[in-house]
Amino acid sequence: MTLVTSTVMKNKNNIVILEREDFHILLEILFREGYELYGPTVNNECIIYDRIQKTEDLPIGWKDHQKAGSYRLEKSDEKTLFGYSVGPHSWKKLLHPANERLWEAAADGNGFTINIPQGDDSKRAFIGVRSCELQALSIHDKILAEGPYVNPLYRNRRENVFIVAVNCTRPGGTCFCASMKTGPKAVSGFDLSLTEILESDAQYFTVEAGSASGTEILSNLPTREASQAEIEAAEKIMERSAENMGRTLNIDHIKELLYDNFDNAHWETIAERCLTCGNCTMVCPTCFCVNIEDISGLAGQSAERWSRWDSCYTIDFSYIHGGSIRTSPTARYRQWMMHKLAYWLDQFGTFGCVGCGRCITWCPAGIDITEEAAIFQEKQ
Amino acid sequence: MAMANKNSINQLGIADNPVFTRQFRIIRKRTETYDTFSIDLVALDDIAVFDFEPGQFNMLYIFGIGEVPISISGDPENTGTLTHTIRKVGAVTRGIGGLKKGGYLGVRGPYGAGWPIKAAAGKDVIAVAGGIGLAPLRPAIYYLLAHREQYSRIILMYGARTPEDILYLRQLEKWQSLKDMTTLVTVDRALGDWRGNVGVVTTLVGRSSFDPSNCISMICGPEIMMRYTVLELEKHGVEEKDIYVSMERNMKCGIGLCGHCQIGPTFVCKDGPVYRYEQIRNQFLKREM
Amino acid sequence: MENLEKILANHPSLSDLDDKYIQLLVSCASNVVFKAGEYIFREGEPADNFYLIRHGRVLIEVNLPPKGSIIIRSREEGEIFGWSWLVPPYRWHFDAKAVELTRAIALDGKCLRGKCEADHDLGYEIMKRFVQIIAERLEATRLQLMDIYGNGK
Repeated sequence: MTLVTSTVMKNKNNIVILEREDFHILLEILFREGYELYGPTVNNECIIYDRIQKTEDLPIGWKDHQKAGSYRLEKSDEKTLFGYSVGPHSWKKLLHPANERLWEAAADGNGFTINIPQGDDSKRAFIGVRSCELQALSIHDKILAEGPYVNPLYRNRRENVFIVAVNCTRPGGTCFCASMKTGPKAVSGFDLSLTEILESDAQYFTVEAGSASGTEILSNLPTREASQAEIEAAEKIMERSAENMGRTLNIDHIKELLYDNFDNAHWETIAERCLTCGNCTMVCPTCFCVNIEDISGLAGQSAERWSRWDSCYTIDFSYIHGGSIRTSPTARYRQWMMHKLAYWLDQFGTFGCVGCGRCITWCPAGIDITEEAAIFQEKQ
Repeated sequence: MAMANKNSINQLGIADNPVFTRQFRIIRKRTETYDTFSIDLVALDDIAVFDFEPGQFNMLYIFGIGEVPISISGDPENTGTLTHTIRKVGAVTRGIGGLKKGGYLGVRGPYGAGWPIKAAAGKDVIAVAGGIGLAPLRPAIYYLLAHREQYSRIILMYGARTPEDILYLRQLEKWQSLKDMTTLVTVDRALGDWRGNVGVVTTLVGRSSFDPSNCISMICGPEIMMRYTVLELEKHGVEEKDIYVSMERNMKCGIGLCGHCQIGPTFVCKDGPVYRYEQIRNQFLKREM
Repeated sequence: MENLEKILANHPSLSDLDDKYIQLLVSCASNVVFKAGEYIFREGEPADNFYLIRHGRVLIEVNLPPKGSIIIRSREEGEIFGWSWLVPPYRWHFDAKAVELTRAIALDGKCLRGKCEADHDLGYEIMKRFVQIIAERLEATRLQLMDIYGNGK
């Protein structure tokens, strides 16, 4: 899968059907092609992203119940492979890892020598990428791979990823991708896109290719052309999905609204509940801030530079000699929310929020970005 | 981990890996004040020159301790030597202060947007510096003086805390002796044997003559000093569009990838550190942005 | 007397003061000269004048034992100094020393206070100008207080 800036094929008319019992062949083909498979799996009462080997590693039959500050899993009798929405992990854990060594250096007689690691050429296939996550990947591409300075480690990993997207037929309790215009149907940025259909007497996937590699893989699967009825059934499911979002957020002029309300006392009201724990930044698929850390060996002869996830909620994130700029929780919460819904637009041309709802689910105080946006809108 | 070519810099002189650090050696070290020193550096790799624009900064690395963003303070037309003026405020700056001639430093850069020295052609140029803020302005002043005929008046206003804190004292005295440049120096307070100006640097604005309708003003110093200087300049008729300030924020990567230096929508490392006041006004006046 | 009137009218700190008020001021004005190092007034003395500097430089100092004299402000050509004549108990709060040969116009505070009481319009014009001077002084002092070039300790 190349970056989304490459040409993506629109295969509207080439929707095919893959039967449920043939799904395993997709994984096997990818495996044979040398891809490491990553996908959702149940671990610690959560659905997270991890290495998977076979279909049975997926959370078959599992459903999630998400609310502000709450995440529960339930095993149901329906044998769906993808009957849940996103969990605490996002694909940034693999593409923009939490800890990464940038280089190592050794002291020698003439100063020091820096050794830069070779790129990671591993091929990875991501199974079950949701539309909101595709948008998040595209956002990270813009920041980390398309700016004046590129993170070559990110770009290398990103170029070697094969994406099997899955359309959300059952949006989560905190989802609002429809409001952010990032879903629920994946429209681009994938190699293959699947919609899981479960009927009383049949279970199958409608499949679309989104790239040349996708078409290539698809051609090796036992598929048949989708009938008009099947195409329409899938479309209807996605329409219903868009109407059943757990949350909504009105993005009309939200940037200007927040800029105008920078000094609004309501920020302090929110901050009274905010623990500045930074959970939201850890689970958010678009957060990209890292700390660059230099460490040295005990003997002083070796040194390393590491990149580690950082959060604007930490007290010294904005530290300059003498003190931090954003010390109050009010300033730090405001920074995060305004970055997602206002500053990001001026910086990168898109929102920094893809409507995945993770920040709402994983906030221990249950602070809800959609609720707060609505309050600012009411106060207008 | 495979070893890559340690000098993997492409034809454009930009490292393929943006956190790759070039190695430099200290050839000269000077004490400026009790807590500030200057170092002259030369590159140890094949690329002999160091090209930069006045107002830009480098990330300086001291082996095993860390990195810090420091403005370049030398003459932009002397490309064989790289000069930095550093104030000892933390572990890295103190570590660099502990190095002697012959010591090694890593350098990444130059980064950021510089002073509008080309846009100022044909105009009065008013440089206002406070404390160590004179260091990022010095390269601009060197350039202006080297191309004197391109500018109308050149005025430097400099304020320091006390006479002991005055940076580049000898250089200032040299500039004061020039006929085609006005150099005004003031301190916040002094002991009995000081005979010069006493008062904050904003008081110098009213003491010089310039054409507010045809000038560029470049201000560098603590943020509060810049805020009050802008007010004072505006009181004297200078417009926002002709005022430039140099902002400072916490920097880790210096290249717009780590997120630390943001003020609202702007990244100080790549949109700044030099900004036209118009661009940054909304962020400048907001508390805790 | 005529000479003084012209000098007053042209002094930057009294710019656009109406001619009739300039004439009132003239009767309270006199030429003064201070040698280099001479103290113009000292803290605690009666504040009977304010000064318009024509040439030279004056340093405003405060005595801070054990450090000695700390210079907190300098005033030079075209500037005005001394406002304690306006505020009871009319005593100087600081020392003022000429650091080089300084020529100034001294304006008699008692004389001017009397004239302002008699003519409130004159009083208002004087107050307007001195309020600006004091405000600018206050702002500058606050900036000095904040020790903005400090190490951030």
